[in-house]
Amino acid sequence: MERILEQIPRFFTADNMALLLQSAGLTLAMTVAGCVIGFGLAFVLVYLRQTPGRWALPLRVICVAYVEVFRRIPFIVVIYLVLFFIQTVASNASLFTIAVISICIYAIAYTAEIIRGGLESVPLTQMEAARAMNFGRLRTLVTITLPQAWPVILPPAIAFAVSFIKDTALVSQIGVFELTFRGKELNNQGYSGILVFGTIAMCYFLMSFPLSMLGQYLEKRLATPRSEQSARKIRRT
Amino acid sequence: MPHLAVNNLRAKYGALEVLKGVSFSIEKGQVVALVGPSGSGKSTVLRTLVGLTPVTGGNVTIHDDKIDYASSGSLRRARDQMAIVFQQYNLFQNMRIIDNVTVAPVKIKKRPKDEARADAERLLAMVGLADKLNAFPDQLSGGQQQRVAIARALALHPEILLLDEVTSALDPELVNEVLDSIRQLAKDGMTMILVSHEMAFVREVADKVVFMDGGSVVEEGLPEVLFDAPKTDRAREFFGKILRH
Repeated sequence: MERILEQIPRFFTADNMALLLQSAGLTLAMTVAGCVIGFGLAFVLVYLRQTPGRWALPLRVICVAYVEVFRRIPFIVVIYLVLFFIQTVASNASLFTIAVISICIYAIAYTAEIIRGGLESVPLTQMEAARAMNFGRLRTLVTITLPQAWPVILPPAIAFAVSFIKDTALVSQIGVFELTFRGKELNNQGYSGILVFGTIAMCYFLMSFPLSMLGQYLEKRLATPRSEQSARKIRRT
Repeated sequence: MPHLAVNNLRAKYGALEVLKGVSFSIEKGQVVALVGPSGSGKSTVLRTLVGLTPVTGGNVTIHDDKIDYASSGSLRRARDQMAIVFQQYNLFQNMRIIDNVTVAPVKIKKRPKDEARADAERLLAMVGLADKLNAFPDQLSGGQQQRVAIARALALHPEILLLDEVTSALDPELVNEVLDSIRQLAKDGMTMILVSHEMAFVREVADKVVFMDGGSVVEEGLPEVLFDAPKTDRAREFFGKILRH
């Protein structure tokens, strides 16, 4: 305990804090890039998965297999797979790129299920009305289904991204200078583990908490019936 | 030459054959009513016409032009000529009333926005909803929603309007406002195929009644003939039961 107290002034220097801030930024950047790109690609996957017709069967099988396989593999294994695969095809790829690709691959598999569930929550009759009016599949998705599915999709999608801020700690295993890796480094320099990782824990919390709050806010807002929302709007104007 | 002819139409839900060879035809400007007990396949006929339930046999012709439901081009042309109003209205919940009515004309039929909007306002005024343009569907009563659905279908300027039990989901006191709208359309010469349990209404507006049971047409004819002097036992039993009161 005395050792920790004695180390505090030496640990909380501008240099160390800058390093931590940089690593926190990297963690956040990886998560945001991976989840946003993954979320976008998950839409493509869900759309392809719903392609009708006999000729599209292989496509549907691939899409289902992707989701089922990657949801059953530990994230750390995905990271190593991507690392070794990328290194054989492009040896100069940065570790950051590899980390983002890994997060993407994982995020696609998870958010695709969230998106599919959201789309399936919209009554089939909405799509039938659109089809009977000659709406194409993509137009129905964009103008009818998706706007009604957002309230179901967004809260769990944000929850997934928030939880992934923590899970990115695993990419420290391949040497990306993110928060956990930096923690180990500082620990190796002789700083108390409790001090270092306590600070690191606080950093994770500070990154996740505002996002969680945003998620909760959106959930509440999206769950409000439209009649009340517009009533509020009218009262305001 | 009939406007639309249904010839020996067959359809299945999975293994269950719901249409076992249905035939009838409709002339331009006519109102044909499909009546019969629940599960007789009346609604399925309408769903099949617009390609929502797959056809497994027979065919449908519009102006002697055979619709090929397997071809997306042919199906698109068929849907261009018909508009359907559903029992549960099926208004787009994410759109205001005015957008519900203009979305297909603007995005699918590529009509100019202001023209489509003027048309929609006229149609909504016709069904008595000129003051609800900016409301959302869940802010309207069932009868109002169903009238919006009728306006939405008319905005497509269909040659044939299909009405699938449009009043059965409504409170009794809201039924008349919807029937009035349909009455007006019949007067204006709209070609309509309607599925209905409102026998008094059918008798009033229909030029021809098609009585279905178990996936086939049992008997068809003028409403007064079919209702008052049916030839088949099945029709006599059905109309005897429901018209007695």
